[in-house]
Amino acid sequence: MKLDSNTIQTLITLGIVAAKIGVVLFVIMTFVAYYTFAERKFSGWMQDRVGPNRCGPFGLLQPLADGVKFFMKEDVIPGHVDKVLYVLAPALSLVPALITFAVVPFGSSIVIAGRNISLQIADLNIGVLYILAISSLGVYGIVMAGWSSNNKYSLMGSMRSTAQMISYELSLGLSIIGVLMVFETLRLNQIVMHQGGYIMGVIPRWGVVVQPLGFLIFLIASFAETNRLPFDLPEGEAEIVAGYHVEYGSMKFSLFMIAEYANMVTSAAVITCLFFGGWQIPWVNLSGLPQWAVALVHVGAFSVKLMFFAFIYIWVRWTLPRFRYDQLMRLGWKVLLPLSILNILATGIFYMIKYTAVH
Amino acid sequence: MAYVVPRKKMSFAERLYLPAIGRGMMLTIKHFVKTPFSGGVTVRYPEKRRPIADGYRGLHHLEARMTGDERCVACEMCSTVCPAGAIRIVAEEVSDPSIEKRPQSYEVDLLRCIFCGMCVEACPREALTMTKRYELADTKREKLVARKERLAGPVESKD
Repeated sequence: MKLDSNTIQTLITLGIVAAKIGVVLFVIMTFVAYYTFAERKFSGWMQDRVGPNRCGPFGLLQPLADGVKFFMKEDVIPGHVDKVLYVLAPALSLVPALITFAVVPFGSSIVIAGRNISLQIADLNIGVLYILAISSLGVYGIVMAGWSSNNKYSLMGSMRSTAQMISYELSLGLSIIGVLMVFETLRLNQIVMHQGGYIMGVIPRWGVVVQPLGFLIFLIASFAETNRLPFDLPEGEAEIVAGYHVEYGSMKFSLFMIAEYANMVTSAAVITCLFFGGWQIPWVNLSGLPQWAVALVHVGAFSVKLMFFAFIYIWVRWTLPRFRYDQLMRLGWKVLLPLSILNILATGIFYMIKYTAVH
Repeated sequence: MAYVVPRKKMSFAERLYLPAIGRGMMLTIKHFVKTPFSGGVTVRYPEKRRPIADGYRGLHHLEARMTGDERCVACEMCSTVCPAGAIRIVAEEVSDPSIEKRPQSYEVDLLRCIFCGMCVEACPREALTMTKRYELADTKREKLVARKERLAGPVESKD
């Protein structure tokens, strides 16, 4: 292979992508670790108590202590499990959560050494479809975990979780279609950029403003997708003896926990991009700042919105009681699915009237 | 008598659940905002401890007479009544005929003791009381058998 300018350019591009992947992975994993800490601390505050406050100032080194604990524990593989599936399942839960982040734009773009680097790992032209497809893969980890554990409670928990996840995936996908109809593109970067305009000069043209019902359905469905209260019957501690991860210990269990929190982070990121303007900041004119500062502000805006939605997951968890399984399925099939189809219908009629009135 | 419980059908706003969810979330967020400043209801052990009521049944204490000898006459009523069989007494003779016996060794096995206080009630000489000491954890089983020297010592310096 000759080391001419073409190969150098390819290598530089690959290097930039690898650097972006590295940064994103590092940031997500650190955020997930402190997300677990935030969950414990904030849930404590909501319950009139303090969360962990012994490890480091205000308990901030608690995730470090947890990590060390999980590493030092003996990793037991029970004798009665199907070894291949048992070991594969936690990894198969974590990987879809992480790779969904490849299409999420967490900033506009920065200019380094004359190159315009977009702050998005892969600008797929089927971005939203990719997200839906990968989130469907997340079901397999849970199926494998329950099946390989060779345990009635695990199997029941994982079957319930599977049924729940595939039921709510329908509403998830259909509620996004309304957004796609409004913004007329599947590329997440374009969707974020199209949310920069204003309606009537004042209200930013965010997804939540043009598709409020779609946002609500997507939010509820994403709670069900991440197996999070009020939909956490499959893993409810008191209900089904921790469901599908009862046979897992130490590092594999912590991988399930990390997978759950990473799924939440990814869902929060997708919600901000589709419905809350991604990295856009409304009503603020940023043209006076240098390019790197603008990019920094955009990344900061994205992070703040992401953290707000991550907080919503914690907030709802400690407010609502758990759904019973039949109530859960009823909500998914008899309420959210018709509502999302109605949403598509209404959006279609609205835009048909708007466009025929204009022309 | 049969009493018919009124069961009203839910209104549309109630069936929607969203207003109720909204009110619930407001309640949670009120607590969330208040607790970092009020410190919550947690008692920051070990810097602070909860106040203990009088009559709390903690570690035992062997009382002393005015002369300084122990009150216990090794009658073994406490060890007889103990439901867990935690008290073991070995008696020895005393020359004074009005106090016939005294304990050569008096052991309370804290690992068997259920801290019920029956021994205190059973004692005819009011020789046994229970203090407010509850921090009795230790690292070896042998150290958790409280002997006469530990039980009869001054209350503040126990444990």
